Amino acid sequence: MIILRYAFYRLITMFLTLLLVSALIFFIINLPPGNYLTNQIMELQATGQDAGVAKAEFLQHEYALDRPLVEQYLIWIGAWPGPYGFSGMLQGDFGWSFEFDQPVIDIVGQALWLTVLVNLAAVLFVYLVALPLGVLAAARSQTWVDYTSSFIGYLGLATPNFLLALILFYYGQKYLHLPIGGLMAPELEGEPMSLAKMNSILLHLIIPTFVIGTSGAAAMMQRLRANMLDELNKPYVETARAKGLSPTKMLMKYPLRMALNPFVADIGNLLPSMISGSVLVSVVLGLQTIGPALLTALKSQDQFLAGFILLFVALLTLIGTMISDVLLMLLDPRIRYGERK
Amino acid sequence: MTAFLEVKNLTIGFKAPEPTIDAVSFSLEKGETLAIVGESGSGKTLSCRAILGILPKTAQIRSGQILTNQQGKQVDILTLGERDFRAIRGDCISMIFQEPMRSLSPLHKVGHQVAEVLELHRNCSKQQIKQDVLATFKRVGFPDPERAYAAYPFEMSGGMLQRAMIAMAMIAKPDLLIADEPTTALDVTTQAQILGLIKDLQAETGMAVILVTHDLGVVANMADRVVVMNKGRVMERGCANLVLSTPVHPYTQKLFAAAPVIPETAEFVAPPPHDDLILDMQNISKTFQARSASPMQSATLIKAVCDVNLKLARGKTLAVVGESGSGKSTCARIALGAELPDVGGRVTFCAGTGETPIEVHSLNRADRAAFQKQAQMVFQDPFSSLSPRMQIIDTLTEPLDIHGLDTKAERRNRACEVLELVGLDGSMLRRYPHAFSGGQRQRLSIARALTLDPKLLVCDEPTSALDVSVQDQILDLLEEIRDARGLSYLFISHDLAVVSRIADEVAVMRQGRVVEQAPPCTLFANPKHPYTRALIAAQPEPDINRPIDLNIVALGAGASSTWTEEFRFDGNDIPPLTELEPGHMVRCHG
Repeated sequence: MIILRYAFYRLITMFLTLLLVSALIFFIINLPPGNYLTNQIMELQATGQDAGVAKAEFLQHEYALDRPLVEQYLIWIGAWPGPYGFSGMLQGDFGWSFEFDQPVIDIVGQALWLTVLVNLAAVLFVYLVALPLGVLAAARSQTWVDYTSSFIGYLGLATPNFLLALILFYYGQKYLHLPIGGLMAPELEGEPMSLAKMNSILLHLIIPTFVIGTSGAAAMMQRLRANMLDELNKPYVETARAKGLSPTKMLMKYPLRMALNPFVADIGNLLPSMISGSVLVSVVLGLQTIGPALLTALKSQDQFLAGFILLFVALLTLIGTMISDVLLMLLDPRIRYGERK
Repeated sequence: MTAFLEVKNLTIGFKAPEPTIDAVSFSLEKGETLAIVGESGSGKTLSCRAILGILPKTAQIRSGQILTNQQGKQVDILTLGERDFRAIRGDCISMIFQEPMRSLSPLHKVGHQVAEVLELHRNCSKQQIKQDVLATFKRVGFPDPERAYAAYPFEMSGGMLQRAMIAMAMIAKPDLLIADEPTTALDVTTQAQILGLIKDLQAETGMAVILVTHDLGVVANMADRVVVMNKGRVMERGCANLVLSTPVHPYTQKLFAAAPVIPETAEFVAPPPHDDLILDMQNISKTFQARSASPMQSATLIKAVCDVNLKLARGKTLAVVGESGSGKSTCARIALGAELPDVGGRVTFCAGTGETPIEVHSLNRADRAAFQKQAQMVFQDPFSSLSPRMQIIDTLTEPLDIHGLDTKAERRNRACEVLELVGLDGSMLRRYPHAFSGGQRQRLSIARALTLDPKLLVCDEPTSALDVSVQDQILDLLEEIRDARGLSYLFISHDLAVVSRIADEVAVMRQGRVVEQAPPCTLFANPKHPYTRALIAAQPEPDINRPIDLNIVALGAGASSTWTEEFRFDGNDIPPLTELEPGHMVRCHG
């Protein structure tokens, strides 16, 4: 019951935060002088193409870019009538990309889900690798197990992602016949979802997951190891030993549960850092995620496209932190009842 | 007839070639209590961990035997394999630890943690186990076992948690219970009750108990046999009544000399006159807001301190005594201006005779800096109150630096001076805190408080983290400095015996209120309030003929609504503080 109430409360704060973030995004994108269209108009005037200028000016009116910034923002989120009535984020209209001359949703539609997929796979990878290795390194601290896993971890941290990507592509193709680039076989793009397509996506996911996840996993492993070592010195571990628990069971039941807290709390931080970290990787690996589109949009001040993508990343982050907060509450009675005296 | 447990020539060492525990031997019979007495670092804890096989990884057992009677056969448990040893742990031999707050996992329900012992060692159904746990909870004194079963450790008080730990240790009906300083972290009245409980359980089950403690008073109340340890060796060993009545070894005698005792009779000393006050706290109350579980509920108010009036005469020591949560530390913080009292409270400080008193809580910046120079604090835990990354000289000169006093060379001289004042050597200035023992660190802590040449020292339990013999030295030092420099102390403590020697006036606090206030001689010779009586009765005395009277403890240490009618707090009906004789005030009706 407490959990439900808390989740509801967090949901509300999440939407308020999202609203704030949307404003920040919008105004920061608009900080540099001019916008995509005024830039275009200036360029056209400079080259003397007046016909184009009229079209650009028409577009500017069409998308309300000639109005005050605050009004533009409100129209963008759908809280103010634009030239065609209410039509913004809230109504499900994500705007027009000038750069690609297409509705934003058409450009990023599929990429959104692939982004989520790639990054979820990477997060999963981080946790699956970091959990056992971190625990093992702590339990066998200062033995070869500890040193080896730390060494591999530091290697993962220190190797630049794109380099790792290139190396893995080469050897993955050479020895395992793993596909290079993209997130699915080219002939399957645009096809409806099928078993073959799913298979192809999974196969293509292996290397990106590894590349994006490695450094996160290494960092997470080190953190878990340090937390575990702290916990192993706590008196309650001694109590558990004095009961006659076997070392493995004791480790799993007591110190690990305590060390999990920061582990879980990291979910929220992990998602955004991976998405922004994976932009470069996506470009190198040719992944059809929103990374490359974001890069183009930011360079050309394509404000609706950039704004939408940034807002989406913010949403993912907020969902991530919300999940970790709720999980923490489930995991830790001190947080659940902490303030009940 | 072989003993139930016999430890023979146990030698344990760490990396260094010389052993930490050297040829320790002792034995005990079923139903007996053996007390291992010693100061920190004496190896008492390590010896009993060896019996349970839970030594730290780096410790090596170099030689010796630990023989126990297992089903009629003598077994050397040091030769057992890990799996066989595990079967004994928690089942035949169990242990309670010093800090109940930290010895239970905060994430698991107390009931489950206790039930785990049976799940490991017995083959019975879940319901059976739960029944057993509930029965044991009832036995160790939980009023509502079901609730305790479902509670998490942070929802219980220290005393209750120690009861849960005892339940955990007792539930498999062990032959041997090892209690490692089981009451050191608890209030005196709780300590008395926990010791009583262990004694009762022992009488019921006939188990043997090894009690590790540094407190001779606890020994006198509990032990049949005593082993006195120092630096890893046994100094003296024998029957409790012999060792306690005629200690032979000089080390044991030293321990006895240092043990603080509440004087039984004392000549009457008039309370210090309240005409030249250095600190005057009037109508101090402090209400804290506890955040509620969700933003939708309103916050609950907790009254930590309620209507307290304290007057500290110049050059004297006023002790505030009470259990944890009684509001004594909050009083100290308010006195120093670190916390604001509720509206209506007033704290005035008068630096010298005849000077105009200043109001501690309405000072401007410059006046506050001046006040802070004159009122300093000595903290409880010398291990965490000194920065491990600062050399002693930096720690000592920092206050001067903050207040922009003196040149560098003068500061250095000043640091040297205070170091010598607290009995340390000026050559130690360049060392780091880890190079000092607990007692030396507390001296450093006092030295730091003295560098600014204050007039008032607030000492917050300055000796409760220290060994008895060290505690004695620190108290000597505090008295010496007070008399030499004309300091005044506000002395916070939970220990009446400590207070009895240093204080000129004692205020006993309970639930944020002063319940009795008098000079120590009056208070100890003629305690009126049931809570004061309980505190005095609960103080373990190192005299085997004067055991703790649990009845008196129970009368006063319970909830304030259970006190006799004269003293009872009945909802909002609180008796007033009444002056029974000159300087002796008791919170009672008429």
